[in-house]
Amino acid sequence: MALTTAPPPVNKKDRWASGVTPYAEMGYYDADYVPKDTDVLAAFRITPQPGVDAVEAAAAVAGESSTATWTVVWTDRLTAHEHYQAKAYDVAPVPGREGEYIAKIAYDLDLFEEGSIANMTSSIIGNVFGFKALRALRLEDLRIPMQYVKTFQGPPHGIVMEREYLDKFGRPLLGATIKPKLGLSAKNYGRVVFEALRGGLDFTKDDENINSQPFMRWRDRYLHAIEGVNRASAATGEIKGHYMNVTAATMEDMYERAEFARDIGSVIIMMDLTVGYTAMQSMSKWARRNGMILHLHRAGHGTYTRQKTHGVSFRVIAKWCRLLGVDHIHAGTVVGKLEGDPSMIEGYYDTLRLDHVPENLQNGIFFDQDWASLPAVMPVASGGIHAGQMHQLLRYLGEDVILQFGGGTIGHPMGVGAGATANRVAVEAMIQARNEGRDFFQEGPDILEKAAKGCPELNAALQVWKDVTFDFQSTDTPDYVVTPTFS
Amino acid sequence: MRITQGTFSFLPDLTDEQIAAQVRYALDHGWAMSVEFTDDPHPRNAYWDMWGLPMFDLPPDEVSLVMREMRACREAHPQHYIKVIAYDASYGRQTTALSFIVNRPDHEPGFRLERTDAHDRVMRYSLHPYAADRPVGSRYMNGNGNQAA
Repeated sequence: MALTTAPPPVNKKDRWASGVTPYAEMGYYDADYVPKDTDVLAAFRITPQPGVDAVEAAAAVAGESSTATWTVVWTDRLTAHEHYQAKAYDVAPVPGREGEYIAKIAYDLDLFEEGSIANMTSSIIGNVFGFKALRALRLEDLRIPMQYVKTFQGPPHGIVMEREYLDKFGRPLLGATIKPKLGLSAKNYGRVVFEALRGGLDFTKDDENINSQPFMRWRDRYLHAIEGVNRASAATGEIKGHYMNVTAATMEDMYERAEFARDIGSVIIMMDLTVGYTAMQSMSKWARRNGMILHLHRAGHGTYTRQKTHGVSFRVIAKWCRLLGVDHIHAGTVVGKLEGDPSMIEGYYDTLRLDHVPENLQNGIFFDQDWASLPAVMPVASGGIHAGQMHQLLRYLGEDVILQFGGGTIGHPMGVGAGATANRVAVEAMIQARNEGRDFFQEGPDILEKAAKGCPELNAALQVWKDVTFDFQSTDTPDYVVTPTFS
Repeated sequence: MRITQGTFSFLPDLTDEQIAAQVRYALDHGWAMSVEFTDDPHPRNAYWDMWGLPMFDLPPDEVSLVMREMRACREAHPQHYIKVIAYDASYGRQTTALSFIVNRPDHEPGFRLERTDAHDRVMRYSLHPYAADRPVGSRYMNGNGNQAA
């Protein structure tokens, strides 16, 4: 439902008169515009200041994220300005939320540099968020046209290639972040890596803030971790990995760390979102050239993804990260300690995993998105999850996911290895039950209890954590929910 | 040392009934089935020997055909690792969907971790299966202490 309060058409002579003209009258709002298949489309949630017309606010966002500035400039006439200016083509109020509108804006493909996430982000979100005329603004979703998708490398490996490399199929992969987050010295850190991997996890992980501190420098950590990885591999016959965090102060330092990780035989490295899009894209190209699985920790995203009225929705971050190319990205757990409404999380997981993601407002997907066979990104669920939730995790997150149990492994009463074994037995038992056709979501606790009878490690885990849940009101929920019907 | 490759290695060895249930799940999805065996358990051994050719186009009630092939392979190679594989050829996937071990040698000697000094504190690691000390075909002893094919 579009608003019909379009401003009256402006005399061409007046369009170029110096001074301030409403954005909507300069062509930045066009209710008749039909988006081209090659356009980038954005859905913004705008909350205009009281008294500001929603259409004008939408036009201002379109203008200031493309060609406009606050006053008419004659130099516009040196360009084919109608081609380059973004057009807000649909402005609709959000049902049930006073003062909020969803504005859809189309950007011509010519506005963007091929294969550059830094450019796409600077273009669309680089300017408009500080606007005085808006009380709040959020980029909800972005439709990237196929032609633009094809200019990006995408994930260095993707889900299929990663599984074939590890030779692990048919179940979620398991990981754990080494805890405590900070303070361990390299040798002791490596002990946790060894125990967790030998006990049954596929991966262990550096935490986002473990880079190279006085209590443990990166090179020493890598050397001890790879010893743990190889010992565990020999003890199990499986390929194991520890995500070596290559986040550093400069790009040169990142390359130095990544190269060392490669030279000592790691299968995987990780980096934090805080290194920035340019660094991330460089590492992605490096990871492809060097056959290294690349894990991304979305450090810091919650500062701007979480509030419903402000920032950039995580689904857009997920899209950018799939394009620039990471193999893993943290995407939410639903049942763990960090923010995540089930519908919103499903939208993120679909965005990362599917080749074609249809519009689905219940999941917060505002546009059809075609990925043109760009490999999928493995979503990672991490934060406050434990073996007792395995049925819920499998139900909400599916099979192509990495389940990371940091506290849930290291906090096990019988030790780190036992924690790992408990998680591995739980996931295998749940997959077996699902494949056998059982209603594993309902019968989950029974399935776990039965598996625990043959596994004291799992039994102990269930005893310690069975009452742990994180039930808080979500800050970011869909505008639309399914209305139950009764027959 | 129990090698924990495959989807269900941390559970007790699957009974034939449980294996059949997994096969049924795969056939319900229209996946092709295959049986493979090896006596080289190194984790980077991507190419186990194929027992015949993969079985395509099996309807869901042909579980017994797959079970028969599996049992025939067990009979021919009782002291080899044998796995059952389900393959999903659909667009966007075109890879193994499920893969689990259905037979193991009676005695699994495990791996030696070779460490070779490189420079400063860097080690070069390699995994060496103890079984590979003997030639192909005579690597694993059966429960009676006899070498078996």
